[in-house]
Amino acid sequence: MTNTQQLIHAVTEADSPARMVAAVQNLAAAKDAAAIPTLIAVFGYNNPPAAVAALTGLTELGEAAVPQLLAQIDDYNYGARAYSIRALAAIADPRALDVLLAAATTDFAPSVRRAAAKGLGNLCWQKLDIPERHTAQERALQGLLAISQDSDWSIRYAAVVGLQALAKVPDLQESIRSRFEEMLATDVEEAVRARVRLAQTHAIDCLSFAR
Amino acid sequence: MIEPGAEEYSAENAPPLTPEQAIANLQSPDISLRYYAAWWLGKFRIKSSEAVDALIAALEDEADRTELGGYPLRRNAARALGKLGHAKAIPGLIKCLECSDFYVREAAAQSLEMLRNPMAAPALMQLLEGGVEAAVQVPGRPHLTQPYEAVIEALGAIGATEAVPIIQPFLEHSVPRVQCAAARAMYQLTQDPMYGERLVKMLESSTLQLRRVAVGDLGAIGYMAAADAIANATVENSFKLIALKGLLESQLKQELDSSVLCNNAIKVMNLMDSLL
Repeated sequence: MTNTQQLIHAVTEADSPARMVAAVQNLAAAKDAAAIPTLIAVFGYNNPPAAVAALTGLTELGEAAVPQLLAQIDDYNYGARAYSIRALAAIADPRALDVLLAAATTDFAPSVRRAAAKGLGNLCWQKLDIPERHTAQERALQGLLAISQDSDWSIRYAAVVGLQALAKVPDLQESIRSRFEEMLATDVEEAVRARVRLAQTHAIDCLSFAR
Repeated sequence: MIEPGAEEYSAENAPPLTPEQAIANLQSPDISLRYYAAWWLGKFRIKSSEAVDALIAALEDEADRTELGGYPLRRNAARALGKLGHAKAIPGLIKCLECSDFYVREAAAQSLEMLRNPMAAPALMQLLEGGVEAAVQVPGRPHLTQPYEAVIEALGAIGATEAVPIIQPFLEHSVPRVQCAAARAMYQLTQDPMYGERLVKMLESSTLQLRRVAVGDLGAIGYMAAADAIANATVENSFKLIALKGLLESQLKQELDSSVLCNNAIKVMNLMDSLL
């Protein structure tokens, strides 16, 4: 057995929550693409510290983990799904756009939707060719604008975080600026309005940096 | 100590009602329709005078009884009145604190907490009579003699400083959730960080349920010193976000210049961002 196979074996054989965490941490530290399916499976074990270790490991593996993360999203376990979406959001590969959009706008679990909203603003757009990039950015914008009107304050909050990141794209700044103004005037939650104010100060920094 | 099944409805599976229908249904011969209408009026925050009056009348309902002598309609009416925020419900809710049904007393105390009117303090303090010695489990029931958690939290929210000496002993009550309620109220009434720190300590409890309660309490009192501890607590992110929102709101209230966000508010938002 290779070293990675042994580490995978240790995860499958772990017989206590603490041993599971240690085994996942060791496997994640190996930074071997062969570990990807096992790390994704850990999201479904209902062991939050182990899931966080797997999330870190997958994020460090980056792009290599994206196809399997996209293919292995757990439609029946929203806890596991939230970790997958977090991993995709952190890796920020634009191939995740469709999955993040669907999660942000149609998932029933707020934890999944918030993670997706944050991720939508942060994708590495430069990995896409120009015409494709514009379409993708526009779709992310429309998705975030839509959920910025959700009835759940925490979803609107996450939408503001996503929009703040998306405001780095010059073409989208006008729409985002006017949506922020609108939210500042109409949102019933003080916490959401405060987050809009913080986003506006960031947007100003970003604009002056661009100039 | 939420009554089992108290939140069994959701907006999605609810049959469509109008406010007028719901108010009329409070007098329906079908008692299950009355029960449902009372919940519906609270859920959808129907704040009209007619709705409030009809719910106040329902606090005296005699028709809807459980095998154990409980008053289901009164419970729902009391819960709804807290959500509607109308001060004219206060006398009726105070009267409910003497109801024979534990869950009516609990719902009334929770609603009086939301209404935050000092008028309710003496009646709430009455329920703490006998102190910790009287605060024991009722044989065969899943609750104590009084809804201590709700009563103590209400006194804290109302700002009833005169209740400090009678709340303080409850910090040593055998039920950890009651201890949390006492620490929360003591902090609100004295602003002494010692009580906030007691709640922070509870975040290390081995029971998830209790950690959630402590996170919620810290959010409710806006205890800024707990921001990092909340973000690192082992509870679901949704609970942490709600608690940090409580901290954020209490920071924003203290802001003098509303055009500039203070560093504490920014710190809390950065923590919230990391939990998305």
